[in-house]
Amino acid sequence: MSVDKATVARIAHLARIGVGEDELEPLAAELSGILNWIEQLNEVDTETVPPMASVHDEALRWRADVINDGGKQADVVANAPDGDNDGDGAFFTVPKVIE
Amino acid sequence: MAELTEIGIAEARDLLSKGEVSSVELTTAHSVAMAEAQSLNAMITETPAQAKAMAAASDARRAQADGGEVGALEGIPLAIKDLFCTNDVLTTAGSHILDGFKPPYESTVTDKLWKAGAVMLGKTNMDEFAMGSSNETSYYGPVHNPWRRQGDGGDNRNLVPGGSSGGSATAVAGRFAMAATATDTGGSIRQPASFTGTVGCKPTYGRCSRWGVVAFASSLDQAGPITRSVRDNAIMLGAMAGYDPKDSTSANKAVPDFEAALTGDVRGLKIGVPKEFVLDGMPVEIEALWQQGIGWLKDAGAEIVDISLPHTKYALPAYYIIAPAEASSNLARYDGVRFGLRVDGSDLTEMYENTRAAGFGAEVRRRVLIGTYVLSAGYYDAYYLKAQKVRRLITQDFRDVYEQVDAILTPSAPSAAFAIGEKSDDPISMYLNDVFTVTANLAGLPGISIPAGLSDEGLPLGLQVLAPAFDEETMYRIAGVLEEAAAFTAQPEKWWRSAS
Repeated sequence: MSVDKATVARIAHLARIGVGEDELEPLAAELSGILNWIEQLNEVDTETVPPMASVHDEALRWRADVINDGGKQADVVANAPDGDNDGDGAFFTVPKVIE
Repeated sequence: MAELTEIGIAEARDLLSKGEVSSVELTTAHSVAMAEAQSLNAMITETPAQAKAMAAASDARRAQADGGEVGALEGIPLAIKDLFCTNDVLTTAGSHILDGFKPPYESTVTDKLWKAGAVMLGKTNMDEFAMGSSNETSYYGPVHNPWRRQGDGGDNRNLVPGGSSGGSATAVAGRFAMAATATDTGGSIRQPASFTGTVGCKPTYGRCSRWGVVAFASSLDQAGPITRSVRDNAIMLGAMAGYDPKDSTSANKAVPDFEAALTGDVRGLKIGVPKEFVLDGMPVEIEALWQQGIGWLKDAGAEIVDISLPHTKYALPAYYIIAPAEASSNLARYDGVRFGLRVDGSDLTEMYENTRAAGFGAEVRRRVLIGTYVLSAGYYDAYYLKAQKVRRLITQDFRDVYEQVDAILTPSAPSAAFAIGEKSDDPISMYLNDVFTVTANLAGLPGISIPAGLSDEGLPLGLQVLAPAFDEETMYRIAGVLEEAAAFTAQPEKWWRSAS
């Protein structure tokens, strides 16, 4: 299947990656090439085959519902690219979301 | 005594235990060789001061033990792929978007290595987020393979070391790390090992904890060692592997003594040779190497069995749905808020879009877009679900053949190392590098590449041994016999020492 410019713009927005208008056409061609190559999977009869999400047959383990870590607020925010403007280093900051 | 950068883990272990060399001496020799090899661009971060301190601590522990028990890797200097989080040491995954990221924690695998006594020399260059087969997608630039073409075809062009673990493979082949950690999602340990004349093992999915390893495709990613010999590989995997409650897919299985599996005896083992791995247009030298490997195992008393893995040709297309789908989800966390790069915008969405546009390179962007597309409403069944069904068929192929055989022998890669820039314009031709390795990731099986010969142009070529899940012991046993038969001793000339 080939994708057009509008589709590339839509999925780029879904993925939250800014893509310039001039890049849409070449990207559409690239992605179409890959998707066309992938199409060969349609040769395989999978009518009765259950999908496989993991190589593990068994169900994932449960862990005990207990607090076993924490109290590391400074570590958690230490790598934040926009240092806390309030100066106490306790928060992640983002552009204003609510007017 | 041989030059300290020329010996492997097993030999170093002996010299250290006899007191003939110290970890500080070993480590310093490698740090110096690393500094001399900067033109290869194999390292993103070198940590010589930390290395020296860790080596000194190791020597002190050994003195304290006074001839008693020490860690399995006590005093051994290693390079660490920059996908493993290392406490307070820059960890980039080869990406601009992780600019300045210093994890406040240590990955389980590296933590186990340090507890086994190992020393960190630095962090190795890699394809961005491990997406690539040539190490050309790194934000930090391509790594140069220590090997160059010889003879009539020799033109001194720099070759790729393979990828994504290209820096790790180069550090080991170039003799500036005794061994290195790596990761393999579609072939990223075994293909660079093949391109650089090193030994690279991807163990069974679940053998090594993924905790603290930057995630690419969580159902496929697996850590493993790149070393100079099969024995070194077995020693190092033993120190990396083991159950970790912090990774819900970590296997709760005892770690065998992999080194003890190197018995040198493969008599009576049945080795499968899959007919689907014979590709149209496969270079004659790859075919010849494979036949040579078959001959070596026959001579050693193994029985060769022709087998069929009928869905092999669908493995790469299925992989290029599953891996990008998982990547698009895993990489959603890079949003400019909590760590790494941030590019401001007029509102929150624009900040996300600007950050991710600037932070991701072309190949990562391509895969995130493909992954987003195949998971989007209306396409999920046609692509993602279809690929998951094909994945089951590929896994079933292996289960069926392992009823008849103990292991499988194939080439590791469809060619020797190629030149930088030679394949970077055509994503699909680049993806085909993983044609022999990717099925093991989809099925979660262990595989190892060992250097088995040289191409017409004097470049290393690898053979791959695949084994059933959690049977790395059989894999190592066969790899050890192949290694002995191949007697691969070729080494690249250290041209980079005068090039800097």
